[in-house]
Amino acid sequence: MEIAREKLIDMYRVMVRIRAFEKKVSKEFAAGNIPGFLHLYTGEEAVAVGTCANLSPDDYITSTHRGHGHVIAKGGKTDRMMAELYGKVAGYNKGKGGSMHIADMGIGIIGAYGIVGSGIPIAVGAALSAKLRKTDQVAICFLGDGATNTGRFHEGVNLAACLNLPVIFIIENNVYAESTRISDTCKLANLADRACAYGIPGVTVEGNDVLAVYEAVGKAVARARKGQGPALVECKTYRLRGHFEGDMQTYKPPEEREMWQKKDPIPRFRKYLIKKGVLAEKDAERIDQEIDEEIENAVKFAEESPLPAPEEVLTDVSA
Amino acid sequence: MKETTFLQAVNEALFEEMERDPNVILLGEDVRIWGAPRGEFKGLFDKYGPERVIDTPISETAILGGAIGAAATGMRPIANIMYSSFLGVCGDELINHLTQTRYMSGGKIKLPVTIMSYFGAGFSAGAHHSSSLHGLLVSIPALKVVVPSTPYDAKGLLKSAIRDDNPTIFLSHQMLMRRSLKDPIPDEEYTIPLGKADVKREGSDVTVVATVLMVHRALSAAEKLEEKGISIEIIDPRTLVPLDKQAIIDSVKKTGRLVVMTEEPSTGSAASTLSAIIAEEAFDFLDAPIKRINAPDTPVPFSPILEKVWMPDEEDLIAAVTEMI
Ligand SMILES: Cc1ncc(C[n+]2csc(CCOP(=O)(O)OP(=O)(O)O)c2C)c(N)n1
Ligand SMILES: [Mg+2]
Repeated sequence: MEIAREKLIDMYRVMVRIRAFEKKVSKEFAAGNIPGFLHLYTGEEAVAVGTCANLSPDDYITSTHRGHGHVIAKGGKTDRMMAELYGKVAGYNKGKGGSMHIADMGIGIIGAYGIVGSGIPIAVGAALSAKLRKTDQVAICFLGDGATNTGRFHEGVNLAACLNLPVIFIIENNVYAESTRISDTCKLANLADRACAYGIPGVTVEGNDVLAVYEAVGKAVARARKGQGPALVECKTYRLRGHFEGDMQTYKPPEEREMWQKKDPIPRFRKYLIKKGVLAEKDAERIDQEIDEEIENAVKFAEESPLPAPEEVLTDVSA
Repeated sequence: MKETTFLQAVNEALFEEMERDPNVILLGEDVRIWGAPRGEFKGLFDKYGPERVIDTPISETAILGGAIGAAATGMRPIANIMYSSFLGVCGDELINHLTQTRYMSGGKIKLPVTIMSYFGAGFSAGAHHSSSLHGLLVSIPALKVVVPSTPYDAKGLLKSAIRDDNPTIFLSHQMLMRRSLKDPIPDEEYTIPLGKADVKREGSDVTVVATVLMVHRALSAAEKLEEKGISIEIIDPRTLVPLDKQAIIDSVKKTGRLVVMTEEPSTGSAASTLSAIIAEEAFDFLDAPIKRINAPDTPVPFSPILEKVWMPDEEDLIAAVTEMI
């Protein structure tokens, strides 16, 4: 598969952006500047980036409690995200949603759902709407391994299959749902096998290889745009941090953590790009630096943004 | 006597009840390693094993549905639904089965299920991890709603909830998990009956019925009101269903004024139901209209500044009480 140089570099940049955003967010959270719960995507960047590299701004995604990566990969601005995490008016949701719930209809982010599995039928509904409106939009539904155990996963995928809708289910199999291994709660070795129960294609890919994700999702998106219906892509990955910030991760065997640390998708892709001559070492460094500056500015933007006025409590309840 | 936190009190109650009755089983997510949301189930798996302490997939529907089936056939299950908002996932089990099966079976089926769940704002967790559904829960016939405000009450009430032959929901507030909130708890066993209120502070001018975190806010408001020469009596019903009407009526007879302070949107709230009951049954003793102090009719906002506005607090109570007399 031939991928344009600019595209490859952009994929790298977005992965670095997600990582740097979360590194900063984790620091500010520890310093008490960001309230609430924080679920980091660190280690799983290749999934969101490889997926969203196939999309245009008017395609839809639904996100989860671990949503920063999805939002950034779909084109979300780190300054407005940061402001949301700080609970400020300039945030994507005016400070009403927080880290778990960033939404921006302008770039097709229908919302992020803190209740596991909620996004699944909602993505199906967005695909239904795209089909009825006769656009070639697709809907991407990001979900965790744990979410495949919820009832709405099965109901949502089945409905999408029956209606032949342009929706792709991206299972981010990061081995765990909170402290619980997926192998303890599901007896399938590959979650992609769940697809056959609904008569749709399902594939498992190496989720830390951004190009493998890009290619597999690309095929599913192309099918969906042609009216050939839904598909499921399982991306095997690993969250390198706790379920939430503050989680001691006692349930992870140290060898397992080490093994996955070595498979970190970002150094891996960087090495690949340099080896292929797409990027020179110093270009990569410049990108890393630019992103660091962007994130510093995002924090400044968030800090300088005003707090919501108290009356804001009562607004936005109904249309 | 031992100084005990809310979490420890809950944990002790669970150990005691699992020891006492081999039919008590626990179903929930992450109960094995984490001891579930905040560690209240810690140690139970090691002691009682995977048959009685069951780590489930993310399947609230299967947790509560499974609890119903097990209860109907002789078990006494505890179903852990991490946050009240997630009750939406098993709404059918909660609304149509857990609480209607006994009636619809002509009294033949008994469902001694205890749901344990968290709610409560103050943590900037956003609406999906903060909402209180008290109004909805009290409106479900046959569901007992247990709302402890202290470690001591939590332990005694949870034990009674587990022993109760009816469906109960035991709701803990996230903000009461702090380590500084401790009660001396007796070494010997005790239970607290469901449906018995507790006077958290005696007073003479205004009766304040408060629940959960609001009890603590009312207690601190009481100090400030006392400086102004106003004395409030704080009644904690401890269970919203069954409701200890008599304790509230007795207090209103003395004070002639009632404020109901709960953390929930106002319309359709448990506070509204309670106010209506007192208005009907104790109108003659009231010298002023009943006041409710609740949250606005909105979801819980994330931003700390908005969340603070959303939550009822000391100032709201002080203003309401001062205006009343
Ligand atoms: C319905 C529901 N049940 C339980 C939870 C608590 N919870 C939050 S995240 C999570 C694990 C989700 O696992 P997975 O789907 O694999 O996503 P990951 O966190 O690994 O990205 C759980 C159980 C929830 N938010 N919603
Ligand atoms: Mg997972």
